[in-house]
Amino acid sequence: MSDRSIIIATHDAGPSAAASTAPGAAKPPIRPRRRAWPTFNWRGLVAVVMFFLAWQLAVTFKAPGFHEIPGPITVVQTLVSDFLFTRSYWESWLISFKRVLLGFLFAQLLGVPLGLVLGSSRRFNRIVFPVFEMMRPIPPLAWVPLSILFWPTNEASIIFITFIGAFFIITINVYDGVRSIKQEHLWLAHSLGASQLTIFRRIVIPAVIPSIAVGMTLGIAVTWNVVIAAEMIASDSGLGRLTWEGYVSSTPPVVFVGMVSIGIAGALSTLLVDVIERRMMPWKRKR
Amino acid sequence: MRDMLDLNSAAAAGKPAAAGKVSIRNVSKIYDPEGARVVALDNFSVDFAPGDFLAIVGPSGCGKSTLLNILAGFDTLTSGEVYLDDKLLASVDRPLAPGPDRVVVFQQGALFPWKTVLDNVTYGLMKQGRTPRAEAEARGIEMLKASGGLDRIAKSFPSQLSSGMQRRVEIIRALINDPKVLLLDEPFRAMDTVNKVTMHRHLLDIFRISQKTIMFITHDLEEALFLADRVIVMTTRPGTVKLDIKVDLPRPRTREMMASDAYIALKERTVMAVREEAQKAFERGEKEMA
Ligand SMILES: Nc1ncnc2c1ncn2[C@@H]1O[C@H](COP(=O)(O)OP(=O)(O)OP(=O)(O)O)[C@@H](O)[C@H]1O
Ligand SMILES: [Mg+2]
Repeated sequence: MSDRSIIIATHDAGPSAAASTAPGAAKPPIRPRRRAWPTFNWRGLVAVVMFFLAWQLAVTFKAPGFHEIPGPITVVQTLVSDFLFTRSYWESWLISFKRVLLGFLFAQLLGVPLGLVLGSSRRFNRIVFPVFEMMRPIPPLAWVPLSILFWPTNEASIIFITFIGAFFIITINVYDGVRSIKQEHLWLAHSLGASQLTIFRRIVIPAVIPSIAVGMTLGIAVTWNVVIAAEMIASDSGLGRLTWEGYVSSTPPVVFVGMVSIGIAGALSTLLVDVIERRMMPWKRKR
Repeated sequence: MRDMLDLNSAAAAGKPAAAGKVSIRNVSKIYDPEGARVVALDNFSVDFAPGDFLAIVGPSGCGKSTLLNILAGFDTLTSGEVYLDDKLLASVDRPLAPGPDRVVVFQQGALFPWKTVLDNVTYGLMKQGRTPRAEAEARGIEMLKASGGLDRIAKSFPSQLSSGMQRRVEIIRALINDPKVLLLDEPFRAMDTVNKVTMHRHLLDIFRISQKTIMFITHDLEEALFLADRVIVMTTRPGTVKLDIKVDLPRPRTREMMASDAYIALKERTVMAVREEAQKAFERGEKEMA
């Protein structure tokens, strides 16, 4: 996770970031900083155990509000006996993942080029940006009814809503990235003999990659948010639906199974995105 | 220091020393002529001979970067002409283009962070397309090595280097193109004194060996007097030449010279002019003083 904070920090610091790195420090070159092996965090472990213990106790002794809530043991039992080995549970995973990835992918495919053009063509920006800014504040879930009306299938409408969730974030980040490219980089490339096309391909795009990465990190988080809500409202499948059904059919342990599954799924996608981002920016890896 | 001598063969690389005579004639620059009309340069003229080390000192906002950007081809001029080796480089009707014969080193540093040191250094040679990669890389390594053994960081990324090393790499990235004139826009501004002293030594070595024409912009009068053959003090905006001083100190320059009578006399002559302009700039509410 620390990588992400680095990316975001660099992004926020803007054009002056490079200038402020290590003013005159006599750093030894290369020598990759050896990462200290994290010592075992036993306090954290105790806290986690305490959390589950408190939860179980609250349920056992029927603390206020906990009357219908299952304890962690029941949740695990339900997960193992009713879900882990059933086909339908894993299908829910697959369906939600598919929606997230498709929405995310389309958002990248459209958002990145759009952000690049918005940032580099003044005329295009003048025409398109107002429309873009008009739509951007509309929360993705507000698109649900329209989306269902518009798209022929339910599946398409859910993917579309997921797409909306990531699209604006990605586009705006890329756009911002283009605008904050150092003028000096463009000038220098020009001085040193690069053509306009090369400058776009070899200077603008790499310079924007950190912003694309920020958009990806934020985008993937939003897509999970959106897909779960959309499934609860408008779908009969997926992890969001599974959770909601636990509620509707008065089987509270299922609600927890759903929540835990969604949490794990979200964490997995974030990890995946982190790996991709690190590959996109080899020059940041060796910090 | 010993290594620096190798730079000779590296920089010259068989070619005859490029000339690098620069002539700036009555150059004016007005930003936003329709609206705010910021007169950045007003009738600025200076000539410098091939191999000159020219320093330009002036208060913040007096138009130093503007002048350098015009020379580099990043900005247009409103009136006047610029000649390079007696060829018209820029005038009002002649939109000028940046080129590898006038490469800039910027104050904030502008290495490409996504490229290794070596790829940064060879960028110009590769883009100009006249040099095969292997040869460009060999030249790059050679020049890095000659500049105090920087070849050992050839595969590092810029973010892994200290700002001093970054600046040295940038100077090499400019120098490898064999430019006619090297344009330095306050390259050591953000550095502390100790680093500055080291960088001055490196720069003077490079100047001695490569014999390039250098235009060096700075706030720092002492730095200018220590490095240059000639120091131009600019007036506050609109920038013109206030004082044009020949620095007669012998080369190689040493720190001890800064205690010599000649140096002190020079400083006394210049410092009042600089203070006066800084004071004017300050009174006008410019953000910094020289
Ligand atoms: N693109 C621009 N549009 C309008 N005014 C500008 C522009 N660029 C520079 N100026 C103004 O022109 C004047 C000269 O700017 P310039 O950057 O050349 O100053 P400088 O001497 O390099 O200052 P510093 O020491 O702070 O770098 C300043 O008053 C600045 O505000
Ligand atoms: Mg400046």
